[in-house]
Amino acid sequence: MRLYNLLLHLYPAAFRNEYGPEMRAIFARREQEARGPLAALTLWTSTVFEVVGNALAVHWDILRQDLRYTARTLASTPGFTLTAILVVALGVGANTAVFTVTDFVLIRPLPFSDPDRLVKLYERLPGYSRMELSPVTYRDWKRMSHSFEAMGAYVSTSVNLVGQGDPERLEAASVSSDVFPLLGIQPLAGRPFNSTDDRIDSPGTVLLSYGLWQTVFGADPGVIGRKVVLDGAPLTVIGIMPRDFHFPDRSAELWTPLQVRDDASFEDRNNNYFGVIAKLRRGVTVAQARSEMAVITAQLQHQYPKEMAQHGATVNPLHEELSESSRLLLVALSGAAICVLLIVCANLASLLLARGLARKKELAVRTALGAGRERLVRQLVTESLVLAVFGGVMGVLGALGSIPLLGKLVPMSLPIAQTPSVDWRVLTFAVLLTFLTGIAFGVIPALRTGGSVDLGGLRDGVRAGGGRRERVRSALVIAEVMASVVLLVSSGLLMRALWRLQSTDPGFRTDGVLTMRTALPWPKYLKTAAREEFYKQVLTGVRQLPGVANAAYISVLPMVWRGGIWPVSIDQEILDRAESNSASMRFVTPGFFVTLGIPLHLGRDVDEADTSDMPFVAVVSQSFVRRYWPSENPLGKHFKFGFHDRMVVGVVGDVRVRGLERPSEPQVYLPYQQVPDGYFFPYTPKDLVVRSSMTAGSLLPAIRRIVQSADREQPISDVRMMSEIVEDETASRSLQLRILGAFAAVAILLAGIGIHGLLSFAVSQRLHEIGVRIALGASSSDVLRMVLRQGVALAAAGVALGAIVAYAAGREMEALLAGVKPGDAFTFLTAIGLCALMTLVGSLLPAARAVRVDPITVIRSE
Amino acid sequence: MADERLRADSFLPLPEATFHILLALAEEDRHGYAIIQGVAARTDGALKLSAGTLYRSIQRMLEQGLIVETRERPAPELDDERRRYYRITAFGSEVARAEARRLTRLVKLARVSGFVPGRA
Repeated sequence: MRLYNLLLHLYPAAFRNEYGPEMRAIFARREQEARGPLAALTLWTSTVFEVVGNALAVHWDILRQDLRYTARTLASTPGFTLTAILVVALGVGANTAVFTVTDFVLIRPLPFSDPDRLVKLYERLPGYSRMELSPVTYRDWKRMSHSFEAMGAYVSTSVNLVGQGDPERLEAASVSSDVFPLLGIQPLAGRPFNSTDDRIDSPGTVLLSYGLWQTVFGADPGVIGRKVVLDGAPLTVIGIMPRDFHFPDRSAELWTPLQVRDDASFEDRNNNYFGVIAKLRRGVTVAQARSEMAVITAQLQHQYPKEMAQHGATVNPLHEELSESSRLLLVALSGAAICVLLIVCANLASLLLARGLARKKELAVRTALGAGRERLVRQLVTESLVLAVFGGVMGVLGALGSIPLLGKLVPMSLPIAQTPSVDWRVLTFAVLLTFLTGIAFGVIPALRTGGSVDLGGLRDGVRAGGGRRERVRSALVIAEVMASVVLLVSSGLLMRALWRLQSTDPGFRTDGVLTMRTALPWPKYLKTAAREEFYKQVLTGVRQLPGVANAAYISVLPMVWRGGIWPVSIDQEILDRAESNSASMRFVTPGFFVTLGIPLHLGRDVDEADTSDMPFVAVVSQSFVRRYWPSENPLGKHFKFGFHDRMVVGVVGDVRVRGLERPSEPQVYLPYQQVPDGYFFPYTPKDLVVRSSMTAGSLLPAIRRIVQSADREQPISDVRMMSEIVEDETASRSLQLRILGAFAAVAILLAGIGIHGLLSFAVSQRLHEIGVRIALGASSSDVLRMVLRQGVALAAAGVALGAIVAYAAGREMEALLAGVKPGDAFTFLTAIGLCALMTLVGSLLPAARAVRVDPITVIRSE
Repeated sequence: MADERLRADSFLPLPEATFHILLALAEEDRHGYAIIQGVAARTDGALKLSAGTLYRSIQRMLEQGLIVETRERPAPELDDERRRYYRITAFGSEVARAEARRLTRLVKLARVSGFVPGRA
């Protein structure tokens, strides 16, 4: 019988109270009639099914009634209904959009098999915690370690594709044959690389990405086995990779085997260019792998005391390959979205409370007709859930629409697509969020309203003060103000940080500078003389174009490539290869500094006369001079850099090679002709910079013709204005800030509406009191003060609490602030000022209404 | 009266349990358990209403005005305080008749098609 009582709890309480005793009695009789264990079992099974089925049916009956009633009530107040739906849509939409990106980047496992066992390996040096490996160190680590099931290497490159329409520049990666099996990825069609492909003498092979296969090769399945010409070499297509496969990052469009020449350059332990990925053995932790690598690097230090001094190893889980700032950026956005949701719930709860009071009479009528408290609460919760569902659907649709715009928030460094995909997790999140929102803003008002109905509501002219209710609403308004202060301060701090970064001098002038890449393929341009010929022809042609002030080539532009860092040694003394003893190496043609507006402080630019049979010279940046010859004339000084002795002939201003947010190493520029054949191929000048007064559109066709006439098979890629490159530095920040700013705007608007709503309500409840006060001689300013005092008190409490939380939030995201202090006074004062303004605006109408109260009318209406 | 009939027709087809309850109440006012027994007797034990189905139907029928709870109680020695007695309303009878008419028409149709043994 106890069990049956328990089962009865599946029914709504009203139904149970009404019919429970009789149902129990009937069941008791049935139980008596059932003789024998089999009969009892049959009775119990049928009873369980019967109760569950009927209880659901009863609930459904009630729900249908409530929904019909809800449709009527909501339709009768369209203003309220629309507002509430829009507000829910804002909250749910903002959170769904942000969750989609956050889940995609931070939470979802990487699309490889056993992703939590994948790690990246780096060499560690003082000043560099993550440096790529030299091929020989990779070989040693792979041979000596036991923590890993497999280890593979890769190098990101780019290649020229010729013979499929216009010549094209494609991002690519060379991978050792271990990499794909280690990731657990099979080609969609064809075969993966095998160890034969890795050998330097084996015929060239290539795997295509799905995207490249679709676009350039027209999704032709017959492409497998065909030869394509990449960088002048014919390679056989052996397969197509799956659609969602990205490695090492999302830019790679094709993969070639990593073939390593076993020669002198292989033995160079300071020639670091191998990315290394490994899979931990089952049961081996990252910490264990780290300690094993520490032992191995100690052995190598012992074996090669000169080259490997201070070399360590970094073992980093693949899913943590995300810069701290990318992670923080998403965490900050999520926090902001939650703030918005909080405000939304508080605002709606407040709206519903007010509405509940307005409906007091209606609810009292229903009570008088016999509706129990539970029924009323249930009806009110149904109403808020209906609002939530409509708003949720709208919000989710909006969020889905905005996802393509959020691609900039997905960091390039992860092996995932740019556009977050929507899966069941996101949809589940949205559904849960919608219901939680509906319940969060619905339950308190429903309990307050539905629970305290008394027949007093039926009398006309009641002045229900409802002190308790106003306390709840006041608390809600304080919460809204608090959350908007947090959002305002956070976006203010990030805005200051963005301004600071945007006003950072990159060291060059971007106005009117067009850039593009013509990457010369190997081995066609192995000889320095062949490249010289190309550059001369292109630069001469471009400089003659109307409107062009100057043009030049550089290895790779600053901010586009942050690597290419080499150790510096002075007076034959080998310095430690630490951050303070290295510099970035770039080869340039004459005129580069003028073209990019980098000031020449001392000496001269590189010159056409700096040929390979002349003494090797270098132009260095000011920070290089400060580091090595702080108080001497640097001109004529010698240093060893990139295998050769170089003499300083000029000093130029520093540029931000590593971007606006990080300090950069000193820079060394070398003449483009002073390269022995076959050396430094990755440093071959690729990026053309053109300063002109013409638009890119009018300049580009002419430049294309010039490049084509220099080499018919040479593609042009990465056509961009220099200003775009610099803007890209802060692109994800500005997008984040725009979202955060929109959140803050919504927040303050809602908080303003919250204050307005509460005060209007308070005034309408106290009309009589105000009337009496005025009749007794209170002046307008007395009344005004009375109303405003309430608004100001709420705002002040919210601001005080909000400031504390905002400061804590600022501390958490200090890494994003580019040196702006989390307690930045200007930002806080602005935020507080905005809140004060919002309070004033929100209080204005209610205050005006209070002042205009006519005592005679109010008192007579009683 | 025509209105009443139209309104009754809108309830058709009647759920089986509802129809049986109306039939059981047609003879006399009954309490819940008596309805179950009545239905079982009428169908030779083929239909044994469960308590849940009974009271869910009763609740709906009360709302629809097919039955009412009656205040008249039987003689005290036969009464049990927990019990509630139900009585069919005029409208309830109307609905039951409408359902009966609907069923009759169906049976006639079936007979014409030869599905029912007996006179054509």
